[in-house]
Amino acid sequence: MDHKTVVETTINGERMEFLCEPRQSLLEVLRDVLGMTGSKEGCLTGDCGACTVLVDGRAACSCLMLGVEAEGHKIETVEGLALGSKLHPLQQKFLENASLQCGICTPGFLMSAKALLDHNPHPTEAEIRYALAGNLCRCTGYDKIVRAVLEVSNAKASKAA
Amino acid sequence: MHAINYEAPKTLKDAVALLAQYGENGRPLCGGTDLIIQLRAGVRRPEHVVDVKKIPELLQLSYDSKKGLRLGAAVPAIEVCENKDLQRHYPGLVEAAHLIGSNQIQTRASVGGNLCNGSPAADTTPALIALGARARVVGPKGEREVKVEEFCTAPGRTVLAPGELLVEILIDAPKPHSADAYLRFIPRNEMDIAVVGVGSWLHLDGDKVSAARISLGAVAATPLFAAKASESLAGKKLDDAAIDRAAKLAIELSSPIDDMRGTAEFRRHLVGVLTKRTLLIAAERARKA
Repeated sequence: MDHKTVVETTINGERMEFLCEPRQSLLEVLRDVLGMTGSKEGCLTGDCGACTVLVDGRAACSCLMLGVEAEGHKIETVEGLALGSKLHPLQQKFLENASLQCGICTPGFLMSAKALLDHNPHPTEAEIRYALAGNLCRCTGYDKIVRAVLEVSNAKASKAA
Repeated sequence: MHAINYEAPKTLKDAVALLAQYGENGRPLCGGTDLIIQLRAGVRRPEHVVDVKKIPELLQLSYDSKKGLRLGAAVPAIEVCENKDLQRHYPGLVEAAHLIGSNQIQTRASVGGNLCNGSPAADTTPALIALGARARVVGPKGEREVKVEEFCTAPGRTVLAPGELLVEILIDAPKPHSADAYLRFIPRNEMDIAVVGVGSWLHLDGDKVSAARISLGAVAATPLFAAKASESLAGKKLDDAAIDRAAKLAIELSSPIDDMRGTAEFRRHLVGVLTKRTLLIAAERARKA
Protein backbone atom coordinates (compact mmCIF):
# COMPACT_ATOMS: atom_id res chain seq x y z
CA MET A 1 0.00 0.00 0.00
CA ASP A 2 2.93 2.36 0.51
CA HIS A 3 3.56 2.51 -3.22
CA LYS A 4 4.64 5.86 -4.59
CA THR A 5 2.92 7.73 -7.37
CA VAL A 6 4.40 10.03 -10.00
CA VAL A 7 2.76 13.45 -9.94
CA GLU A 8 3.18 16.04 -12.68
CA THR A 9 2.52 19.60 -11.68
CA THR A 10 3.68 23.18 -12.05
CA ILE A 11 5.32 24.82 -9.07
CA ASN A 12 6.19 28.51 -9.24
CA GLY A 13 5.93 28.43 -13.01
CA GLU A 14 8.21 25.44 -13.43
CA ARG A 15 6.92 22.08 -14.63
CA MET A 16 7.85 19.43 -12.14
CA GLU A 17 7.51 15.75 -11.48
CA PHE A 18 7.74 14.24 -8.05
CA LEU A 19 7.21 10.90 -6.38
CA CYS A 20 5.05 10.69 -3.28
CA GLU A 21 2.89 8.35 -1.24
CA PRO A 22 -0.85 9.02 -1.55
CA ARG A 23 -1.08 9.70 2.17
CA GLN A 24 1.43 12.57 2.02
CA SER A 25 -0.04 16.05 2.11
CA LEU A 26 1.08 18.65 -0.40
CA LEU A 27 2.80 20.38 2.53
CA GLU A 28 4.82 17.24 3.31
CA VAL A 29 5.72 16.88 -0.36
CA LEU A 30 6.86 20.50 -0.61
CA ARG A 31 8.94 20.34 2.55
CA ASP A 32 10.19 16.76 2.74
CA VAL A 33 10.28 15.62 -0.88
CA LEU A 34 11.12 18.85 -2.72
CA GLY A 35 13.06 20.60 0.05
CA MET A 36 10.91 23.73 -0.23
CA THR A 37 10.62 24.60 3.45
CA GLY A 38 9.11 28.07 3.04
CA SER A 39 5.58 26.76 3.65
CA LYS A 40 5.23 26.05 7.36
CA GLU A 41 3.46 23.38 9.34
CA GLY A 42 1.27 24.87 12.07
CA CYS A 43 -1.98 23.24 13.14
CA LEU A 44 -2.56 20.61 10.40
CA THR A 45 -6.29 21.30 10.68
CA GLY A 46 -6.72 24.29 8.36
CA ASP A 47 -7.07 26.83 11.15
CA CYS A 48 -3.72 28.66 11.17
CA GLY A 49 -2.86 29.22 7.50
CA ALA A 50 0.92 28.85 7.97
CA CYS A 51 0.97 26.31 5.12
CA THR A 52 -0.97 28.53 2.67
CA VAL A 53 -0.04 28.13 -0.99
CA LEU A 54 -1.90 29.15 -4.13
CA VAL A 55 -3.60 26.44 -6.17
CA ASP A 56 -4.59 27.74 -9.62
CA GLY A 57 -4.35 31.26 -8.21
CA ARG A 58 -6.44 30.64 -5.08
CA ALA A 59 -5.20 30.43 -1.51
CA ALA A 60 -5.42 26.94 -0.03
CA CYS A 61 -4.02 25.10 2.98
CA SER A 62 -1.36 22.71 1.67
CA CYS A 63 -1.84 20.59 4.82
CA LEU A 64 -5.43 19.83 3.74
CA MET A 65 -4.55 18.67 0.26
CA LEU A 66 -2.84 15.48 -0.78
CA GLY A 67 0.32 15.76 -2.84
CA VAL A 68 -1.28 13.54 -5.49
CA GLU A 69 -4.09 16.10 -5.84
CA ALA A 70 -1.57 18.61 -7.24
CA GLU A 71 -1.54 16.61 -10.50
CA GLY A 72 -2.18 19.00 -13.39
CA HIS A 73 -2.57 22.09 -11.20
CA LYS A 74 -0.51 25.24 -10.80
CA ILE A 75 0.99 25.62 -7.35
CA GLU A 76 2.61 28.82 -6.08
CA THR A 77 4.64 28.97 -2.89
CA VAL A 78 6.52 31.70 -1.03
CA GLU A 79 9.72 30.58 -2.77
CA GLY A 80 8.30 31.91 -6.04
CA LEU A 81 7.60 35.45 -4.80
CA ALA A 82 11.02 37.13 -5.11
CA LEU A 83 12.60 37.56 -8.53
CA GLY A 84 16.20 36.60 -7.85
CA SER A 85 17.40 39.06 -5.23
CA LYS A 86 14.51 41.45 -5.86
CA LEU A 87 11.85 41.03 -3.22
CA HIS A 88 8.17 40.91 -4.14
CA PRO A 89 6.42 44.19 -3.16
CA LEU A 90 4.58 42.34 -0.38
CA GLN A 91 7.85 41.01 1.06
CA GLN A 92 9.38 44.51 0.82
CA LYS A 93 6.45 46.14 2.64
CA PHE A 94 6.39 43.40 5.30
CA LEU A 95 10.06 44.24 5.97
CA GLU A 96 9.54 48.01 6.00
CA ASN A 97 6.56 47.75 8.34
CA ALA A 98 8.14 45.16 10.64
CA SER A 99 5.12 42.96 9.91
CA LEU A 100 6.82 39.91 11.36
CA GLN A 101 8.57 38.87 14.50
CA CYS A 102 9.18 35.12 14.71
CA GLY A 103 8.29 34.74 11.02
CA ILE A 104 6.56 31.37 11.12
CA CYS A 105 3.23 32.75 9.93
CA THR A 106 4.79 35.10 7.35
CA PRO A 107 4.93 32.83 4.27
CA GLY A 108 1.25 32.01 4.75
CA PHE A 109 0.30 35.67 5.18
CA LEU A 110 2.28 36.61 2.08
CA MET A 111 0.52 33.98 -0.03
CA SER A 112 -2.96 34.90 1.26
CA ALA A 113 -2.20 38.57 0.61
CA LYS A 114 -0.97 37.72 -2.90
CA ALA A 115 -4.17 35.77 -3.65
CA LEU A 116 -6.21 38.75 -2.44
CA LEU A 117 -4.33 41.40 -4.44
CA ASP A 118 -4.26 39.24 -7.59
CA HIS A 119 -8.08 39.13 -7.51
CA ASN A 120 -8.77 42.52 -5.92
CA PRO A 121 -5.83 44.93 -6.37
CA HIS A 122 -7.36 47.67 -4.22
CA PRO A 123 -9.13 46.11 -1.25
CA THR A 124 -10.51 48.06 1.69
CA GLU A 125 -8.98 47.49 5.10
CA ALA A 126 -12.01 45.37 6.04
CA GLU A 127 -11.57 43.24 2.92
CA ILE A 128 -7.92 42.71 3.82
CA ARG A 129 -8.81 41.67 7.34
CA TYR A 130 -11.42 39.16 6.10
CA ALA A 131 -9.05 37.80 3.44
CA LEU A 132 -6.37 37.25 6.10
CA ALA A 133 -8.77 35.78 8.67
CA GLY A 134 -7.51 32.28 7.84
CA ASN A 135 -3.97 33.18 8.91
CA LEU A 136 -3.01 33.35 12.56
CA CYS A 137 -0.12 35.38 13.97
CA ARG A 138 0.75 35.14 17.65
CA CYS A 139 3.43 37.90 17.66
CA THR A 140 2.58 41.15 15.91
CA GLY A 141 -1.13 41.61 16.42
CA TYR A 142 -2.05 41.94 12.72
CA ASP A 143 -2.07 45.75 12.37
CA LYS A 144 1.39 45.90 10.83
CA ILE A 145 0.52 43.06 8.47
CA VAL A 146 -2.66 44.80 7.33
CA ARG A 147 -0.73 48.07 6.91
CA ALA A 148 1.86 46.37 4.69
CA VAL A 149 -0.84 44.95 2.41
CA LEU A 150 -2.59 48.33 2.23
CA GLU A 151 0.70 50.01 1.26
CA VAL A 152 1.28 47.55 -1.57
CA SER A 153 -2.26 48.20 -2.81
CA ASN A 154 -1.78 52.00 -2.56
CA ALA A 155 1.58 51.84 -4.35
CA LYS A 156 -0.11 49.97 -7.20
CA ALA A 157 -2.83 52.63 -7.32
CA SER A 158 -0.35 55.52 -7.56
CA LYS A 159 1.63 53.70 -10.24
CA ALA A 160 -1.53 53.16 -12.26
CA ALA A 161 -2.54 56.83 -11.94
CA MET B 1 -1.91 9.23 8.47
CA HIS B 2 -2.33 5.53 7.68
CA ALA B 3 -1.42 4.37 4.17
CA ILE B 4 -4.14 4.95 1.63
CA ASN B 5 -4.80 4.01 -1.95
CA TYR B 6 -5.76 7.04 -4.10
CA GLU B 7 -7.76 6.98 -7.30
CA ALA B 8 -9.27 9.82 -9.33
CA PRO B 9 -11.81 8.37 -11.76
CA LYS B 10 -12.90 10.57 -14.66
CA THR B 11 -16.44 9.22 -15.02
CA LEU B 12 -19.37 8.85 -12.65
CA LYS B 13 -19.71 5.21 -13.68
CA ASP B 14 -16.12 4.42 -12.71
CA ALA B 15 -16.44 6.30 -9.41
CA VAL B 16 -19.61 4.42 -8.45
CA ALA B 17 -18.03 1.08 -9.41
CA LEU B 18 -14.98 1.80 -7.24
CA LEU B 19 -17.04 2.99 -4.28
CA ALA B 20 -19.34 -0.02 -4.57
CA GLN B 21 -16.33 -2.35 -4.67
CA TYR B 22 -14.71 -0.76 -1.60
CA GLY B 23 -17.91 -0.35 0.44
CA GLU B 24 -17.19 0.83 3.98
CA ASN B 25 -13.49 0.66 3.18
CA GLY B 26 -13.70 3.51 0.67
CA ARG B 27 -14.51 7.19 1.01
CA PRO B 28 -15.04 9.89 -1.62
CA LEU B 29 -12.58 12.80 -1.42
CA CYS B 30 -13.80 16.22 -2.45
CA GLY B 31 -12.21 19.36 -0.95
CA GLY B 32 -10.62 17.29 1.81
CA THR B 33 -11.08 20.01 4.42
CA ASP B 34 -12.97 17.58 6.65
CA LEU B 35 -11.80 14.19 5.34
CA ILE B 36 -8.04 14.81 5.49
CA ILE B 37 -8.36 16.00 9.10
CA GLN B 38 -10.43 12.89 9.91
CA LEU B 39 -7.87 10.60 8.25
CA ARG B 40 -5.03 12.24 10.12
CA ALA B 41 -6.88 11.96 13.43
CA GLY B 42 -7.85 8.34 12.71
CA VAL B 43 -11.56 9.18 13.02
CA ARG B 44 -12.16 7.59 9.63
CA ARG B 45 -9.83 4.87 8.39
CA PRO B 46 -10.77 3.96 4.79
CA GLU B 47 -8.03 2.20 2.82
CA HIS B 48 -9.31 3.67 -0.41
CA VAL B 49 -9.83 7.34 -1.13
CA VAL B 50 -11.70 8.14 -4.34
CA ASP B 51 -11.12 11.70 -5.54
CA VAL B 52 -14.34 12.88 -7.21
CA LYS B 53 -13.03 16.19 -8.53
CA LYS B 54 -12.35 14.92 -12.04
CA ILE B 55 -15.94 13.85 -12.75
CA PRO B 56 -17.67 16.40 -15.06
CA GLU B 57 -21.17 15.98 -13.53
CA LEU B 58 -19.84 16.89 -10.09
CA LEU B 59 -18.13 20.03 -11.35
CA GLN B 60 -21.01 21.66 -13.19
CA LEU B 61 -22.75 24.75 -11.91
CA SER B 62 -25.63 25.87 -14.08
CA TYR B 63 -28.48 28.25 -13.45
CA ASP B 64 -31.52 28.60 -15.68
CA SER B 65 -34.43 30.95 -14.96
CA LYS B 66 -36.91 28.12 -15.68
CA LYS B 67 -35.05 24.98 -14.61
CA GLY B 68 -33.34 26.45 -11.57
CA LEU B 69 -29.96 25.51 -10.16
CA ARG B 70 -27.83 22.41 -10.65
CA LEU B 71 -24.92 22.58 -8.29
CA GLY B 72 -22.35 19.82 -8.78
CA ALA B 73 -21.31 18.22 -5.50
CA ALA B 74 -17.64 19.12 -6.00
CA VAL B 75 -18.04 22.79 -6.97
CA PRO B 76 -15.93 24.71 -4.46
CA ALA B 77 -17.64 27.17 -2.11
CA ILE B 78 -15.68 30.07 -3.58
CA GLU B 79 -17.40 29.56 -6.94
CA VAL B 80 -20.79 29.63 -5.23
CA CYS B 81 -19.81 32.86 -3.46
CA GLU B 82 -18.64 34.57 -6.66
CA ASN B 83 -21.44 33.44 -8.98
CA LYS B 84 -23.63 36.40 -9.97
CA ASP B 85 -26.76 34.30 -10.62
CA LEU B 86 -26.50 32.70 -7.20
CA GLN B 87 -25.84 36.03 -5.49
CA ARG B 88 -29.00 37.37 -7.10
CA HIS B 89 -31.37 34.40 -6.82
CA TYR B 90 -30.14 32.42 -3.79
CA PRO B 91 -28.50 35.04 -1.53
CA GLY B 92 -29.04 32.93 1.60
CA LEU B 93 -27.10 30.02 0.11
CA VAL B 94 -24.28 32.39 -0.84
CA GLU B 95 -24.28 33.81 2.70
CA ALA B 96 -23.92 30.31 4.09
CA ALA B 97 -21.16 29.28 1.64
CA HIS B 98 -19.30 32.45 2.54
CA LEU B 99 -19.25 31.37 6.19
CA ILE B 100 -17.43 28.06 5.60
CA GLY B 101 -14.02 28.67 7.17
CA SER B 102 -11.42 30.95 5.63
CA ASN B 103 -10.71 31.80 1.99
CA GLN B 104 -8.24 28.90 2.05
CA ILE B 105 -11.04 26.53 3.06
CA GLN B 106 -13.55 27.97 0.57
CA THR B 107 -11.10 27.35 -2.26
CA ARG B 108 -11.33 23.63 -1.58
CA ALA B 109 -14.51 22.86 0.37
CA SER B 110 -17.76 22.30 -1.53
CA VAL B 111 -21.42 22.64 -0.58
CA GLY B 112 -21.87 18.97 -1.51
CA GLY B 113 -19.00 17.94 0.75
CA ASN B 114 -20.40 20.07 3.56
CA LEU B 115 -23.65 18.10 3.23
CA CYS B 116 -21.97 14.66 3.01
CA ASN B 117 -19.79 15.36 6.06
CA GLY B 118 -23.06 15.33 8.00
CA SER B 119 -22.19 17.89 10.65
CA PRO B 120 -25.23 19.18 12.58
CA ALA B 121 -23.53 22.61 12.53
CA ALA B 122 -22.87 22.77 8.77
CA ASP B 123 -23.74 26.22 7.45
CA THR B 124 -24.86 25.42 3.92
CA THR B 125 -27.17 22.54 4.88
CA PRO B 126 -29.84 24.71 6.57
CA ALA B 127 -29.59 27.16 3.66
CA LEU B 128 -30.29 24.27 1.24
CA ILE B 129 -33.18 23.02 3.38
CA ALA B 130 -34.78 26.49 3.40
CA LEU B 131 -34.62 26.49 -0.41
CA GLY B 132 -36.26 23.05 -0.62
CA ALA B 133 -33.14 21.62 -2.29
CA ARG B 134 -32.89 17.99 -3.42
CA ALA B 135 -29.78 15.83 -3.50
CA ARG B 136 -29.30 13.65 -6.60
CA VAL B 137 -27.55 10.47 -5.56
CA VAL B 138 -26.16 7.81 -7.88
CA GLY B 139 -25.21 4.33 -6.73
CA PRO B 140 -24.73 0.79 -7.96
CA LYS B 141 -28.53 0.23 -8.02
CA GLY B 142 -29.33 3.39 -9.95
CA GLU B 143 -30.15 6.90 -8.94
CA ARG B 144 -32.51 8.61 -6.51
CA GLU B 145 -33.38 12.05 -5.23
CA VAL B 146 -33.35 12.81 -1.52
CA LYS B 147 -34.73 15.94 0.12
CA VAL B 148 -31.84 17.70 1.82
CA GLU B 149 -33.70 17.72 5.16
CA GLU B 150 -33.74 13.91 5.01
CA PHE B 151 -30.09 13.54 3.96
CA CYS B 152 -28.35 13.67 7.34
CA THR B 153 -29.28 10.90 9.79
CA ALA B 154 -26.93 11.50 12.75
CA PRO B 155 -23.75 13.49 13.40
CA GLY B 156 -21.31 12.43 10.65
CA ARG B 157 -23.88 10.09 9.07
CA THR B 158 -26.06 10.40 5.99
CA VAL B 159 -28.49 8.34 3.92
CA LEU B 160 -25.72 7.44 1.47
CA ALA B 161 -25.34 3.66 1.28
CA PRO B 162 -21.91 2.17 0.53
CA GLY B 163 -21.18 2.84 -3.14
CA GLU B 164 -23.56 5.79 -3.38
CA LEU B 165 -22.28 9.20 -4.39
CA LEU B 166 -23.86 12.65 -4.13
CA VAL B 167 -23.73 13.95 -7.70
CA GLU B 168 -25.46 17.31 -7.51
CA ILE B 169 -27.85 19.50 -5.60
CA LEU B 170 -30.99 20.65 -7.38
CA ILE B 171 -32.93 23.78 -6.48
CA ASP B 172 -36.09 25.03 -8.20
CA ALA B 173 -36.01 28.31 -10.09
CA PRO B 174 -36.98 31.13 -7.74
CA LYS B 175 -40.62 32.22 -7.94
CA PRO B 176 -41.32 35.94 -8.26
CA HIS B 177 -41.53 37.58 -4.81
CA SER B 178 -39.61 34.81 -3.09
CA ALA B 179 -36.18 34.93 -1.42
CA ASP B 180 -33.99 33.26 1.17
CA ALA B 181 -31.66 34.34 3.98
CA TYR B 182 -29.21 32.61 6.31
CA LEU B 183 -27.68 33.80 9.56
CA ARG B 184 -25.56 32.09 12.14
CA PHE B 185 -24.46 33.22 15.55
CA ILE B 186 -20.78 33.00 16.49
CA PRO B 187 -19.09 34.97 19.26
CA ARG B 188 -16.61 36.62 16.86
CA ASN B 189 -16.53 37.99 13.32
CA GLU B 190 -14.96 35.18 11.29
CA MET B 191 -13.64 31.63 11.37
CA ASP B 192 -15.89 29.81 13.78
CA ILE B 193 -18.46 27.04 13.95
CA ALA B 194 -22.13 27.94 14.31
CA VAL B 195 -23.53 28.14 17.82
CA VAL B 196 -26.88 28.26 15.99
CA GLY B 197 -27.68 28.74 12.31
CA VAL B 198 -31.11 29.55 10.84
CA GLY B 199 -32.25 29.66 7.23
CA SER B 200 -35.52 31.15 6.02
CA TRP B 201 -37.24 31.21 2.65
CA LEU B 202 -40.41 33.16 1.98
CA HIS B 203 -42.81 33.42 -0.92
CA LEU B 204 -45.00 36.51 -0.67
CA ASP B 205 -48.38 37.21 -2.20
CA GLY B 206 -48.94 40.92 -1.68
CA ASP B 207 -48.56 41.51 2.05
CA LYS B 208 -49.29 37.87 2.88
CA VAL B 209 -46.98 34.87 3.04
CA SER B 210 -48.04 32.22 0.56
CA ALA B 211 -45.34 29.76 1.64
CA ALA B 212 -42.39 29.69 4.04
CA ARG B 213 -39.54 27.32 4.87
CA ILE B 214 -37.49 27.68 8.05
CA SER B 215 -34.47 25.50 8.82
CA LEU B 216 -32.28 25.15 11.90
CA GLY B 217 -28.64 24.20 12.34
CA ALA B 218 -26.59 23.18 15.41
CA VAL B 219 -29.62 22.62 17.64
CA ALA B 220 -30.17 18.88 17.12
CA ALA B 221 -28.31 15.79 15.93
CA THR B 222 -29.01 16.81 12.34
CA PRO B 223 -29.95 20.04 10.57
CA LEU B 224 -33.73 20.40 10.79
CA PHE B 225 -36.63 21.56 8.64
CA ALA B 226 -38.97 23.43 10.98
CA ALA B 227 -42.21 22.27 9.40
CA LYS B 228 -44.70 23.60 11.98
CA ALA B 229 -42.98 26.98 12.21
CA SER B 230 -42.96 27.21 8.41
CA GLU B 231 -46.61 26.18 8.01
CA SER B 232 -47.73 28.61 10.72
CA LEU B 233 -46.88 31.49 8.37
CA ALA B 234 -48.81 30.28 5.33
CA GLY B 235 -51.62 32.65 4.39
CA LYS B 236 -50.70 35.07 7.19
CA LYS B 237 -49.55 38.63 7.14
CA LEU B 238 -45.92 38.76 8.26
CA ASP B 239 -46.59 40.89 11.33
CA ASP B 240 -44.99 40.70 14.78
CA ALA B 241 -47.54 38.17 16.05
CA ALA B 242 -46.97 35.79 13.11
CA ILE B 243 -43.19 36.10 13.39
CA ASP B 244 -43.29 35.52 17.16
CA ARG B 245 -45.44 32.42 16.70
CA ALA B 246 -43.08 31.00 14.05
CA ALA B 247 -40.07 31.73 16.29
CA LYS B 248 -41.78 29.99 19.23
CA LEU B 249 -42.56 26.90 17.12
CA ALA B 250 -38.97 26.80 15.88
CA ILE B 251 -37.70 26.94 19.47
CA GLU B 252 -40.04 24.07 20.43
CA LEU B 253 -38.61 21.91 17.66
CA SER B 254 -35.00 22.51 18.66
CA SER B 255 -33.28 20.15 21.09
CA PRO B 256 -29.86 21.68 21.61
CA ILE B 257 -27.09 20.50 23.92
CA ASP B 258 -24.80 22.38 26.30
CA ASP B 259 -21.24 22.51 25.04
CA MET B 260 -18.24 24.86 24.90
CA ARG B 261 -19.96 26.98 22.25
CA GLY B 262 -23.08 27.71 24.26
CA THR B 263 -25.68 26.38 26.65
CA ALA B 264 -28.89 24.74 25.48
CA GLU B 265 -30.85 27.63 26.99
CA PHE B 266 -28.80 30.22 25.06
CA ARG B 267 -29.17 28.21 21.87
CA ARG B 268 -32.96 28.10 22.22
CA HIS B 269 -32.95 31.87 22.69
CA LEU B 270 -30.80 32.23 19.54
CA VAL B 271 -33.20 30.08 17.50
CA GLY B 272 -35.92 32.63 18.24
CA VAL B 273 -33.75 35.66 17.49
CA LEU B 274 -32.31 34.28 14.25
CA THR B 275 -35.68 33.00 13.04
CA LYS B 276 -37.12 36.51 13.38
CA ARG B 277 -34.13 38.16 11.75
CA THR B 278 -33.90 35.78 8.80
CA LEU B 279 -37.65 36.06 8.17
CA LEU B 280 -37.38 39.84 8.04
CA ILE B 281 -34.36 39.75 5.72
CA ALA B 282 -36.01 37.17 3.45
CA ALA B 283 -39.21 39.27 3.36
CA GLU B 284 -37.28 42.42 2.45
CA ARG B 285 -35.56 40.55 -0.38
CA ALA B 286 -38.76 38.83 -1.55
CA ARG B 287 -40.53 42.18 -1.95
CA LYS B 288 -37.84 43.21 -4.43
CA ALA B 289 -37.56 39.84 -6.20
